[in-house]
Amino acid sequence: MQRFTRLKNLALVVIISTNSFFLGCQHTNVETVVIKGSDTEVNLVQELAERFMETDADSSLTITGGGSGFGIASLINRKTDIANSSRPLNSKEKQLIDKQGFRVYPVIFAQDAIAVVVHPKANVSELSLSDIGKIYRGEAKNWKEFGGSDTPISLYGRQSNSGTFVYFREVIVKGEYDATVKQMNGTAQIIEAVKQDAGGIGYVGIGYLLSKKDEVVNGLTPVSLVVEGKPPISPLDKAAILEGRYPLVRPLFQFTNGEPTGKSLKFLRYELSEEGQQIVTKNGYFEINESQKKANNELGIGLN
Amino acid sequence: MATDINRVGTLAKDSNLKQRLFADNLFFWIFRAAAALAILVLLGIFLMLVFNGGRMFWDIGFGEFFFGTVWNPSAYGAEKYGILSMIVSTIFVTLLSMLIAAPLGIGTAAFLADFAPQRLANILKPAIEMLAAVPSVAVGFIGIVLVGPAIASVFGLNNGLNALNGAILLAVMSLPTVITVAQDAIQSVPDSYKEASYAIGANRWETLVKVTLPAAASGIIAALILGTGRAVGETMTVLMATGNATAMPTGLFDSVRTMTATIAIELGEVPFETTHYHSLFAVGAMLFLITLSVNLVAEWIASGYRNRGQ
Repeated sequence: MQRFTRLKNLALVVIISTNSFFLGCQHTNVETVVIKGSDTEVNLVQELAERFMETDADSSLTITGGGSGFGIASLINRKTDIANSSRPLNSKEKQLIDKQGFRVYPVIFAQDAIAVVVHPKANVSELSLSDIGKIYRGEAKNWKEFGGSDTPISLYGRQSNSGTFVYFREVIVKGEYDATVKQMNGTAQIIEAVKQDAGGIGYVGIGYLLSKKDEVVNGLTPVSLVVEGKPPISPLDKAAILEGRYPLVRPLFQFTNGEPTGKSLKFLRYELSEEGQQIVTKNGYFEINESQKKANNELGIGLN
Repeated sequence: MATDINRVGTLAKDSNLKQRLFADNLFFWIFRAAAALAILVLLGIFLMLVFNGGRMFWDIGFGEFFFGTVWNPSAYGAEKYGILSMIVSTIFVTLLSMLIAAPLGIGTAAFLADFAPQRLANILKPAIEMLAAVPSVAVGFIGIVLVGPAIASVFGLNNGLNALNGAILLAVMSLPTVITVAQDAIQSVPDSYKEASYAIGANRWETLVKVTLPAAASGIIAALILGTGRAVGETMTVLMATGNATAMPTGLFDSVRTMTATIAIELGEVPFETTHYHSLFAVGAMLFLITLSVNLVAEWIASGYRNRGQ
């Protein structure tokens, strides 16, 4: 379903930017907002931007992916107005930002749940968090160690510029990834690869796992996660995700360089509006919770 | 030369001639400047790579960089900057691709030069050159959806994102270079060699293998080395097709990550003026040295056969 996303993104950027070019010739008050970063967020933000531009004719938004690290580096190097990021700033980035002397406004506009997927032939449907850590650290080599079939484990992950790569390492791996992890270009590639690989395991955003009709993409088994001493929780259990019982849920950020103003502010507010949050939910992500709403309000960006 | 033109200019009172000589002189200097610019750009790239890359050695020892097998600059624990496994991966994939491209390329070149009827050659030659026009992203895509699954099913593997996949794609991509240069080399063998061979009773196969190919050997080797240079520097295709695991390769079916892929993956996210940033320049400088020496060797060998041909 998402195989052509990158191409589509590129085409869209070209279309949106040529649009803004021609519109720019007609009326001069069009304001362009550049948004770069997280591949997890790019499709969602694109849809939000398209809807936003329908309501606000003098704005022009260009959205590109490239990974959270890329978005943040672009923000630091002043090449984007908004950085999409699926992880908080790390200490090195904070240092660089302090050195440059600006303040970053972290807005949380959605939540994402990460699902661990395996090939159906691995014959595994539940794993504990520590088992997944073991698998990704390279300490387990065969699915039979976890009650599955006798198939060697084949690891798939993202590249180090991905926020998901960093998040998964912090929460699950808690060490170095094994050097045999195949580093894929994007989530869609992980899904394609695990579908073809009988021993494959990968981690993906839930938005990529479900089709538009809310059905799991064929040829993948989403793994239910076991937190020590509790019953397994499926990544398809939406209530568990919203209540915070599913262990792999993370906030999705948008960072701005200094206080957002003008169209950037208007767009951020649109995302946080009821309409914006409905689009978030429709795309397989999750609306922000009360404490995140409060944090946004404290920044002066929320809608109260 | 400029004085010559001036002398002629003063001799000729015709102002039209003067104008033409001025234009001649002007363009001589413009083109000379253009040629100098190309060299300056090359030098500039090299110096930039070396200066930025060199600063890495303030933080990391030579031994760790060249002989370390773990590359993990955004590590959870200690950062590691060893490029040995990616150099081995790069060389491994490249040599493998030449093993595939050599028989195909030389065979095609020999066929085009000596055997193909003119009409067929007129179709084949541009078709082969068209191969060079296929974007590397498209080749990589074919690697993911076609070559990878094919390798997996032929060899009974779980997945086809490995060194062999990259090598097959690189072989296809370097074929136009190999075939074009090798064909020139084979065609430059004087007809008298072949006539002498036929005269003593050799058939076409014997003439090709025992006379023509050995006579064109230096040109054919140059073709292969130029193809190698093409393959070493290729980025997108290997990035998409080889799986990019950072481990040291142990066989054909291991996933590998080349130097080019590492730079492409990591340069986008790296904050400026950090050890990681400088280390990527150092990898770039190494890559530049490898392709430069490959091209110099090819040039040296090729000039050997060109001079002899005259």
